[in-house]
Amino acid sequence: MDLHFGDSKPTDEERAAVDALLGPAESSWEGADRDAAGADDLRWARGGREARDRRDLLLPGLHAINDRVGWISEGALDYLCRRLTVPPAEAYGVATFYAMFAVRPRPATVLHVCTDLACTAAGASALCAGVESRLGPGSGVQVERSPCLGLCERAPAALAFRAGDPVRTAVSAPATVAEAVLAATAPDSAPEEPPAALAVPQAGDPSLILLRRVGVVDPTSLDDYRAHGGYTALRRAFELGPADVIREVTDSGLVGRGGAAFPTGRKWQATAAQPDHPHYLVCNADESEPGTFKDRVIMEGDPYALVEAMTIAAFATGAHRGHLYLRGEYPRALRRLEHAVAQARARGLLGDDVLGQGYAFDIEIRRGAGAYICGEETALFNSIEGYRGEPRSKPPFPVEKGLFGKPTVENNVETLVNVLPILTMGAPAYAAIGTPKSTGPKLFCVSGSVARPGIYELPFGATLGELLARAGVRERLRAVLLGGAAGGFVRPDELDIPLTFEGTREAGTTLGSGVVMAFDDTVPLPRLLLRIAEFFRDESCGQCVPCRVGTVRQEEALHRIVERTGAAAADDIALLREVGRAMRDASICGLGQTAWNAVESAIDRLGAYE
Amino acid sequence: MTAIPLGVPRRLVEFTIDGEKARVPEGATILDACRAAGKDVPTLCHGDTLTPKNACRLCVVEVEGARTLVPACSRKAEPGMEVHTDTERARHSRRIVLELLASSVDLSTTPEAAGWIKEYEAKPDRFGPEAARLNEEPRVDNALYVRDYDKCVLCYKCVDACGDQWQNTFAISVAGRGFDARIAVEHDAALTDSACVYCGNCVEVCPTGALSFKSEFDMRAAGTWDESAQTETTTVCAYCGVGCNLTLHVQDNEIVKVTSPHDNPVTHGNLCIKGRFGYQHVQNRG
Repeated sequence: MDLHFGDSKPTDEERAAVDALLGPAESSWEGADRDAAGADDLRWARGGREARDRRDLLLPGLHAINDRVGWISEGALDYLCRRLTVPPAEAYGVATFYAMFAVRPRPATVLHVCTDLACTAAGASALCAGVESRLGPGSGVQVERSPCLGLCERAPAALAFRAGDPVRTAVSAPATVAEAVLAATAPDSAPEEPPAALAVPQAGDPSLILLRRVGVVDPTSLDDYRAHGGYTALRRAFELGPADVIREVTDSGLVGRGGAAFPTGRKWQATAAQPDHPHYLVCNADESEPGTFKDRVIMEGDPYALVEAMTIAAFATGAHRGHLYLRGEYPRALRRLEHAVAQARARGLLGDDVLGQGYAFDIEIRRGAGAYICGEETALFNSIEGYRGEPRSKPPFPVEKGLFGKPTVENNVETLVNVLPILTMGAPAYAAIGTPKSTGPKLFCVSGSVARPGIYELPFGATLGELLARAGVRERLRAVLLGGAAGGFVRPDELDIPLTFEGTREAGTTLGSGVVMAFDDTVPLPRLLLRIAEFFRDESCGQCVPCRVGTVRQEEALHRIVERTGAAAADDIALLREVGRAMRDASICGLGQTAWNAVESAIDRLGAYE
Repeated sequence: MTAIPLGVPRRLVEFTIDGEKARVPEGATILDACRAAGKDVPTLCHGDTLTPKNACRLCVVEVEGARTLVPACSRKAEPGMEVHTDTERARHSRRIVLELLASSVDLSTTPEAAGWIKEYEAKPDRFGPEAARLNEEPRVDNALYVRDYDKCVLCYKCVDACGDQWQNTFAISVAGRGFDARIAVEHDAALTDSACVYCGNCVEVCPTGALSFKSEFDMRAAGTWDESAQTETTTVCAYCGVGCNLTLHVQDNEIVKVTSPHDNPVTHGNLCIKGRFGYQHVQNRG
């Protein structure tokens, strides 16, 4: 590799931000000052494989610069590239991939105002207009209209980042114009977020399984976690041994909760059986499906549960290193998990000798940077590895070639925390919950036109109507979106749909990640569909043609018919069907394949344009 | 690629294409098998000297049991697979892909595009006059080649040729995301401020003419480019001792561009700046 760098130099702040992550530069080839000790030899470089092996520090490096300065300059990018032996063109490609990074100067404070479905229904347009009029040019704040921030239970939401050392964040939800402006202009004095338990209307209910500790334990206290049954599942796992843990998980009937519903035991078994080593564990906490916020609530309310569950999954599949890929828009979950991992490490629950059992495991937290596509499992690998978060083509599947090309098991947060009750109560007792084909408890993210939005834990098999009744669904219900933007709409007269994988499939819809978003008739459906189409256009990675151009054509067509019905919309609906079919059939990954689902269901089930 | 095959003999995989038995060596793709059977499957991002990114999705075929269509250029043949190359479903996706591309990108210099659009009855105009296009101007920032990203279908071939598949220069990458994604050097600078070594191997693999030699670009602009009046002569580069093959494209007794045979077992179509661009001395008649 013949690296070429420009003449731009990093500022002292940019250099300090990178050095804080990578340590000081050791030679002037790496960008150290000529007069620094030992740095006078321009020809010396930490090159070759050793440097390339650090490519995965590119994303943390970009975060470090962006956090400190607010944007990534040419000099800063070049310096980071020198340190990691990454070609600047590739690093530029990575930096421009993520919505949270900027490669042009911008104010140090960025205020993300959510304009996604739940927030729009709760008045995000007025909030945006108000905030934008107060925080114009010269205010020192850049206002960005954002996709779902995962705060749907407190819509409308705004999230402020202020670059500096350390970076400051503030959440305002439910936001008024004044509160959002305060969060952006004075993030340190913005009021503290309400506890995570506020997102769990059932909090404290003794029948809860997955959410039983949320609002009950102190999320910062490992002792409190252990006092409430923490780490009994890991002890049980060590008693059983890896093969029997996998058998328990297989017998429990647990399937992935991220949306694809793949049997977890089978995935673990397939990874554990791979002769190639090392094996990796990846926890997908890049929860970005509009309307989904369950993983955030678990991570904020019961972070040690995820640490314990990851340890069990890694033990079962023969992994000694776990990566937790956490959504960039979740600052509190990040703080809680960083604290929990550090505590667990200090107490011997992570590290070279977990629980004195001679098993080594540690967790590395990686922060996403604003890309829905990185929730796709292989795009997530590329993102961790320091490449653009583009999905890979499958086969080969991650169990064979995943992170760093090695056998990898990747599970969603909710999937992993289900492993704890499976081990503590035993597979038969767990499998008795729910229905024969969808076992266990399930978390539902209820938002929109309901009195008590939040995360609900119900055994599989409860009907949509029962769930909505619990949440206090408001009158004049027009539609319910199941599964988020990649899911589908159902009608108010379909509330007897059982919330199981097989039940929703039979009804011709999907459970997805457990999103249940209720809309009354005050929100015009065509506007919602347009917002969904905008979301997919913005979030398409651009790799394959059906999705890259198809999502644009879909949005254009929906724009044309936003005020039309019947015959006036018929041509564009026909066009949408044709483009949608090709996106579903020919896109590389699930994003393009599902980008037309919600729109199709609104046309066919709801008669959105009749 | 017709490099001389070395290594252990590979097992044969048996499967069916459109109901007919096919046998290909293990590791061969569906596309390899289709071409061996004389079936035409259109491709854009597949290159004979590169591992395809399978980004264009033009070569999709139907495989029984698969939920979605699969890219023939990348999916390896598996025993017992039942492949259908010309179903309504596969043709539909190809037609839409052509419509999406032709409505957003200038395909005027993509060799087979017009034929495919006719064959698949694609109607790119159906998205209306307001349909978003790339709207890029040609970038002429050096004397050797031109980047006209209005013609770019984002096949990743130039990036792969510049990067780890051939040149290891890594001067270009895909930047941005979604419809705004473009091939760019760092900070979207001019090529002259980048790591580019002007080997022209990206131009060699570009399937749409988005990358073209300055000589060709200028002649096209002047209306003097005439491939029917050109001869192609393959010879050996006179510069160093490697002995790369050069194919000289000559029009009116002037070399108008230099390419290299892709089936050359040493260079696979790759050259350096001297072989690719250093031919002016040949036509100094002073």
